[in-house]
Amino acid sequence: MSGEEFVPLSLTPMLIGVLAAVACALPGNFLVLRKQALIGDAISHVVLPGIVVAFLITGVVAAAPMMLGAAGAALVSVVMIEAIRRLGNIEPGAAMGLTFTTLFAAGVLLLEQSDTSSVHLDVEHALYGNLESLIWLDAIGWKSLLDPVALAGLPSELGRVVIALLGVCAFLWLFWRPLVLSTFDESFAQAMGIATNRLGVALVMVAALAAVAAFDAVGSIIVIAMFICPPAAARLMTNRLEHQVAWSVVFAVLSAVLGYVFAGYGPLWLGFDNAVSAAGMIATVSGLILALAACFAPHRHRSRAPVV
Amino acid sequence: MSLELAANMGAAPKAEIPSDSPLAIRGMTVSYGQKPVVFSVDMTVAEGSMTAIIGPNGAGKSTLLKAALGIVQPLAGQALVYGKSLKAARHRIAYVPQRASVDWDFPTRVIDVVLMGLYRELGLLRRIRPHHIEKARACLERVGMTDFADRQIGQLSGGQQQRVFLARALAQEADLYLLDEPFAGVDAATEKAIIDVLKSLRSEGKTVVAVHHDLTTVRSYFDRVFLINTRKMAEGTVDDAFTSDNLNQTYGGRLATGQIDQLELTAG
Repeated sequence: MSGEEFVPLSLTPMLIGVLAAVACALPGNFLVLRKQALIGDAISHVVLPGIVVAFLITGVVAAAPMMLGAAGAALVSVVMIEAIRRLGNIEPGAAMGLTFTTLFAAGVLLLEQSDTSSVHLDVEHALYGNLESLIWLDAIGWKSLLDPVALAGLPSELGRVVIALLGVCAFLWLFWRPLVLSTFDESFAQAMGIATNRLGVALVMVAALAAVAAFDAVGSIIVIAMFICPPAAARLMTNRLEHQVAWSVVFAVLSAVLGYVFAGYGPLWLGFDNAVSAAGMIATVSGLILALAACFAPHRHRSRAPVV
Repeated sequence: MSLELAANMGAAPKAEIPSDSPLAIRGMTVSYGQKPVVFSVDMTVAEGSMTAIIGPNGAGKSTLLKAALGIVQPLAGQALVYGKSLKAARHRIAYVPQRASVDWDFPTRVIDVVLMGLYRELGLLRRIRPHHIEKARACLERVGMTDFADRQIGQLSGGQQQRVFLARALAQEADLYLLDEPFAGVDAATEKAIIDVLKSLRSEGKTVVAVHHDLTTVRSYFDRVFLINTRKMAEGTVDDAFTSDNLNQTYGGRLATGQIDQLELTAG
């Protein structure tokens, strides 16, 4: 494929897919190790009403209000889950399920009722993402990457993903040690004076940030695959957390690139006419990578600690 | 008991906290739900001593430690560390949680776990330097685990895991060591290694407090005991407080007379 075709039509969607997948996989490592992977799912769902409310208030689909809305919704859901758990004496899983389905449903209703025809915000995109439509029409080839006029026409979603990814990276870089400590041994971390509860909430907020990024790329239903599959596969590759995080990035990139390519061209290779959803294919590829890792990765047989 | 308190506090009135005690707990009350697990407990740890916290299952032994460390929120009560608030003196405490409280499948190596003990020194972003690694290795050496530094922690036996936990506590270079069941489920060699380290800490003037289960080793391992069953039952030197009367009271008849006879107790 030539640059004239690839750069305007495929470069930006692919790039957004890759960055979003990485943004989700990074905090996903900690969610999976904390056995909180479902929180990723909950967050990705409650992000929808957050974004819709942010749009209704500001009237624009811009990075800052979307992220604030999503973070607000994530905070509301964390409080709701705790409240339902404590007041209703309901187990955490059920409280989480209750919270995210209710808020998600509210988000869908809100979205259907509000006039969003002028912007890229409708139920279908919210659910399945709209990666294929994030094209860069101002580009005419590779040299557009150096052309300020063309660069100004980059889809705003790209900026959003970049901000989210930078936020995720900054958080992990800054709080790496206390995060690792409190994930491995919470009571020791508390004895050290680390505010583990606040750190846990911050991690959820960062996951919400990543979910906003993924919202554009793969929609809110499939994003859970991005939180779980790359880190879970990475865990099977190594016994060191630093290496696991690196592997999860590799798998996230691989999922996004292969998923995008297979979705666009796979059906053609097989003799069908239409391309399939990139979001669905990205999630499928990440699942396949996890399956392959489960079958062939070096550290899939881990010995449980023998009881002396 | 009142004798003990008076002895620790000198002429001071009963309620006053000795400012030099490594750990002084007053009126500590913790409940999970409706049920109080620790009720109005006072404890005064003597400097340079080794104290065993003893009591039946569910008596609040671990909870008392956790409340003193601020890991669980008490309903009432406070703990002073070397006469200061926990916040001001946290750096002087090393804590060894129960081995079973963490997931040993966590992707990390032995040396990384020991380096966690240096968190206060390293902070968020300071680089790990060769001398930090040296220190961590020296701690592993003290517990006889040098050869395992690069192993993934899941590949260790229970006793080896417990030694790694102790090495991490050593890396904290604290003055007060609080251990939650350090001998639970460990092999004989590990038990010996751990008690040797704890005794050497005491000889360096450090203070050790451990939740302990095995009544047969109390006399040989510890010099003081603290008996608890939700409330404090007794506190003092092994000779004074480790009596059959106190044990019967603490365990509520759950110990067979034969068991008590084997403990070489001081006549109650």
